[in-house]
Amino acid sequence: MNIIVIIFLVLGLIFFTGGSVGIIRFPDFYSRLHPAGKLDTTGLLMTMLAAALYTIQDFSTESLLTGLKIMLIVVFVFITGPTATHAIVDAGIRAGLRPWTKKEKAD
Amino acid sequence: MDNLFLYFGIFLSLIMGLSLYRALFGPTVLDRMVGVNAIGSKTTALLVVIGLLYHRVNMFVDIALAYAMLNFIAVLASSRYFQKKKNLHEEIGRK
Amino acid sequence: MGSSALKHNSPKSPRQTRSIAPFLLTFFILFGIWLLLSGRFDGLHISLGVISCLIVAFLSSDLLFTSSETKGMTVTWLRFLRYIPWLLHQVFLANIHVLYLTFHPRMMDLIDPEIIRFRSKLKSNISLLTFANSITLTPGTITVYVSVYGDFQVHAIDKPSGRPLPGEMEERVGRIFSE
Repeated sequence: MNIIVIIFLVLGLIFFTGGSVGIIRFPDFYSRLHPAGKLDTTGLLMTMLAAALYTIQDFSTESLLTGLKIMLIVVFVFITGPTATHAIVDAGIRAGLRPWTKKEKAD
Repeated sequence: MDNLFLYFGIFLSLIMGLSLYRALFGPTVLDRMVGVNAIGSKTTALLVVIGLLYHRVNMFVDIALAYAMLNFIAVLASSRYFQKKKNLHEEIGRK
Repeated sequence: MGSSALKHNSPKSPRQTRSIAPFLLTFFILFGIWLLLSGRFDGLHISLGVISCLIVAFLSSDLLFTSSETKGMTVTWLRFLRYIPWLLHQVFLANIHVLYLTFHPRMMDLIDPEIIRFRSKLKSNISLLTFANSITLTPGTITVYVSVYGDFQVHAIDKPSGRPLPGEMEERVGRIFSE
């Protein structure tokens, strides 16, 4: 069981690292949202799965409730994550920022 | 297992430092907002891991849930506020 | 994207045609969350939960379920539950793609951001909302704008991410809400 927990933790760490590196490396604001919004969500899913598995290990009513609460965080983030991403994109479009494209770089 | 969670938390904090670069030096206001949002979602994971470290998950998971909600509401409110500002556009032009 | 679209043409529901089913469903969802968050099962806490959930469900049941027809609702929910594993699988595949892009040394040559415009066949608000959220949840694509008539603008990070749109995902979402 511990091995599964460790695997999920390392996977979550890889996704979180990818999100942070992507925020620094990508060229403009719109493409930075891709790693920021979604790699972080998946990293959170992996880490929370590991935490819930580790909590449920010594089985009791209280640990079961805590594991369910941890999964409630995941459900909440999966519902609100796209909405937050869309709110930021909408603010950028209304402020009039142009997306970065390949052709503009060639000019 | 406790050591593993400790190293996980330390590494997560270092990664949050990477996101802090974008929040401090982002060329536009919206870039800073993306950085702050990324830090917030990592903090949610870090809170649960801290709870596992101190063997008090049942308390820390409530804090993490409240933090996730606060992060979401902060992003919504700040994006609604900044979309009326015209100087977002100028900041790009000045660069 | 959801709230403005929902507000725009929500069906006119006068007081007398409001049925009891949305109220009960809202109450049970709220009470489940109450039990999960409180974690105490003695009489005082449960009765407090029942009272507050009744008040909130009475005030806001028409916010959560806007359509007044409720006969096909359980079938829709079951089909929605069957949709989630497929969506998670797609999200995982696309995540690995974006992860590969992020750590690639010559990333600037690989990415090619563009805005794709297409018109969806979906009609009802809830299916448009589900489809737009699914697009945003899949890495590599972000929904920029949705109109009530189903015009989509999607920001895709490179060509392979944007190619399968609208495609299979639209058909599956349409099958959930039986359109």
